[in-house]
Amino acid sequence: MWEKKPVILLILATAAILVGTCITMVLPFVWVNTEADRITSVTPYTPLQQDGRDVYIREGCNNCHSQTVRPLVAEVLRYGDYSKSGEFVYDRPFLWGSRRTGPDLARIGGKYPDAWHYKHMADPQSMVPRSNMPDYDFLTEAEIDPEYSRKKMETLGFPFTEAQISSLEGKTEMDAMVAYLQKLGSDIPWRQSAKTEVVGELANPSPKDKAAIRAGQLLYADNCAMCHAEDLTGDIGPALDEPYLDDADLFRLIHDGIEDGGMPSFAALGSARLWQLVNFINYRKQP
Amino acid sequence: MENPTYDTTIVRSFVNWSILWGLVAILVGVLISFQMVNPDLNIAPWFTYGRLRPLHTNAGIYGWGIGSFMALYLYMVQRLCRTGLWSPTLAKVQLYLFNATIITAAVTLVLGFQTSKEYHEMEWPVDLMIVVLWVIFSVNIIMTIIKRREEQMYVSLWYMLASLVGVAILFLVNSAAVPVSLFKSYSAFAGTNDANVQWWFGHNAVAMVLTAPPLAIFYYFLPKSTGVPIYSHRLSIVAFWSLIFMYLWTGAHHLLWTPVPDWVQTLAMGFSVMLIAPSWGSVFNGYLSMNGQWHQMKENYLVKFLILGITFYGLQTLQGPLQAIRSFSAFIHYTDWVPGHVHMGTLGWVSLVIFAAIYYLYPRLCGTELHSIPLANLHFWLVLVGQLIYSVSMWIAGVLQASMWHAINPDGSLSFTFMETVVRLYPYWWIRALGGVLYLVGVLIFIYNIYKTAAKAQPQSVPATENA
Ligand code: HEC
Ligand code: HEC
Ligand code: HEM
Ligand code: HEM
Repeated sequence: MWEKKPVILLILATAAILVGTCITMVLPFVWVNTEADRITSVTPYTPLQQDGRDVYIREGCNNCHSQTVRPLVAEVLRYGDYSKSGEFVYDRPFLWGSRRTGPDLARIGGKYPDAWHYKHMADPQSMVPRSNMPDYDFLTEAEIDPEYSRKKMETLGFPFTEAQISSLEGKTEMDAMVAYLQKLGSDIPWRQSAKTEVVGELANPSPKDKAAIRAGQLLYADNCAMCHAEDLTGDIGPALDEPYLDDADLFRLIHDGIEDGGMPSFAALGSARLWQLVNFINYRKQP
Repeated sequence: MENPTYDTTIVRSFVNWSILWGLVAILVGVLISFQMVNPDLNIAPWFTYGRLRPLHTNAGIYGWGIGSFMALYLYMVQRLCRTGLWSPTLAKVQLYLFNATIITAAVTLVLGFQTSKEYHEMEWPVDLMIVVLWVIFSVNIIMTIIKRREEQMYVSLWYMLASLVGVAILFLVNSAAVPVSLFKSYSAFAGTNDANVQWWFGHNAVAMVLTAPPLAIFYYFLPKSTGVPIYSHRLSIVAFWSLIFMYLWTGAHHLLWTPVPDWVQTLAMGFSVMLIAPSWGSVFNGYLSMNGQWHQMKENYLVKFLILGITFYGLQTLQGPLQAIRSFSAFIHYTDWVPGHVHMGTLGWVSLVIFAAIYYLYPRLCGTELHSIPLANLHFWLVLVGQLIYSVSMWIAGVLQASMWHAINPDGSLSFTFMETVVRLYPYWWIRALGGVLYLVGVLIFIYNIYKTAAKAQPQSVPATENA
């Protein structure tokens, strides 16, 4: 019967399409982004951060970077606490992405100091030689238009102050991008709770061992040189060429990082590799 | 009954343009696959990977995919209804608007006016153009069907009608946004809701754009090419209704392990697995139609394209449900495995079927024979090998990448830093780029063949006496 009546076919097809649509797409609105998943410490973006977010969208960073950490062991170790629905209530649009050509950025906020991002965004290969991320140094030339920002904040219904708008004067898209990256994932205090304690006696398993020093040198080039310079003379982070910490303290420092100082935690490298780094830094000059 | 006059010049123009956009999509695809191994190929700000990838996917799905489907719908609807188009003028307007939309989309995407929603990156003014375009297209097809002179509606027409409403519903909902300026808007939905709406759209774009239209084409052109009818009418009825019913439940299989409510994810997983049945309904229908005709695989190049196409569809609809299972998704989601899946579908299934349809109808539209069958065969082998190199290298890369991401040392620390995993992928990305170049060469041969065929065209194109 419907095979002879196109209008009936259209109506039936629409009905068939709407069943699954209503249940799996419309119905979840009843629970999602309501009081049930609200997190009070999550705040809307400031004008500068929102501008950065819009640049992120314009440049299509989401084509290489995801922004959701899944509750899987390795993923939480690599990126930080898994993502909660309430963290995204101010995200229009969502930016979870579908590919990880580059690492997840859901918890990038606070991982590096601002200076790292400025350098990395302008020329990723200068920090991470084999990265395939494009250069974005042109962002430093584009200035933000405060009036346009105001309009965007009004459209989004986010709170803002006149001081915030006027402080945008002279700011570039790069400033906005860094401000946005530093906000990502840091509304909930996950770094404190995710901290792993170093327990037990801290004893260097192989002090001054040649192989350990060599392995440490490679690890240093991959993980530390971008901030402390290839020859340990310092750049974003201080010089390390005159070591003054004993093995256990150095281990603890690299393991924990210095959160407010911009020194990331390297606990995820695991103790074996951390000891190799310690050996490299403390004993590389000794015969 | 007098013989109807078919409108064929418009079909030919649509085919020409869709081929052009297909070429653009593939060229940009090859470019971005080289950018992944050599970031110096990014030319900031317009031609960086982040702006070109959306251009690639949209030119592929909308320029090449939808462009060809428009051409073929306009062709099939006339034949299957034994009547000319309801409005030939509207079809001409549609062609101009289609090209204007694709050009506007391409230019705005490169300029960075994009929403970030996959396959819906275009900003709101382009969305408006698309809506008008779709209404014009749908009205013409539906009205032509209503005034048809053939009582029964063939399977292809069902899939066509379903895709017309399906795309309309999906697109309208996912477009909902509040504009702040001519080229910037904010989604009407936020966070987790936005994600769920987007992937309801995204996955059903696969259903309504990359599945239903190629199926319509397959059901029409397979019998046309082999000369024998489709195996089972009843099977096609069951497959059709269950397919369009079940697809809509599965969007959240793109969002497994994310904050989207668990029950939505579980439904998506269940329905994805059930989707194997209707998908394979069509695959079996295709294979069984070949009963006693398998020798045509050797003799008839059209059949080769179509049967390989439906085979990739079959593989795609087994691999897809596997990817929709939570534990497997935990492993391969976000990895290079997924582009492997995607291009088996787009380069294998969708493009092979379109190639076959164009090979079938282009000479007929020109009132001549295809310029060269050996070249068509060469085209077939190049795109087949190119696509296999692409997909297989990406599956291997995806598995390698996933196992490195998840590897944990005995002391509980990660075995590999992120960059260590990237560096290991470079060889595979090179191989993929090579596969892309082979595919591109195949498509250039296809274009040359079609061009030569067009050059032979008779001034009086189609004899109006040729029937459906
Ligand atoms: C072609 C893919 C690609 C694109 C596009 C891309 N990135 Fe990256 N990104 C990477 C890769 C690969 C890495 C890891 C190596 C590195 O640090 O450079 C990375 C690293 C990063 C990091 C450091 C993450 C960490 O935890 O160390 C940040 C921050 C970042 N990208 C931001 C961005 C932003 C912002 C954009 C858009 C303007 C962007 N990326 C575009 C591939 C990309
Ligand atoms: C993102 C940049 C960055 C990276 C990467 C980095 N550091 Fe640091 N590091 C810093 C900064 C900034 C400080 C200074 C923090 C402070 O004193 O407040 C610092 C401090 C230190 C100190 C203490 C030095 C002192 O004089 O007090 C040591 C030791 C150190 N880092 C070792 C390492 C090692 C080993 C690695 C590699 C595993 C590493 N850092 C990677 C930025 C970085
Ligand atoms: C039964 C049928 C199918 C199912 C259940 C299915 C399932 C899936 C799943 C689960 C993903 C997400 C992978 C991930 O990111 O982890 C995916 C991605 C994709 N599939 Fe399929 N698939 C099916 C058929 C097809 C077909 C026929 C095509 C046609 C080309 C196709 C095209 C795509 C595309 C383009 C994506 C990428 C989406 C993105 O992340 O951007 N799929 N599919
Ligand atoms: C030889 C031709 C092609 C090459 C070399 C190519 C290359 C690429 C590359 C490098 C990506 C990015 C993958 C990544 O994120 O890592 C991509 C994505 C994509 N391409 Fe192609 N492509 C080609 C043809 C096509 C065609 C013809 C279509 C559509 C009809 C298409 C549709 C897509 C889609 C939908 C995606 C997104 C996949 C995802 O989200 O996982 N491609 N392509």
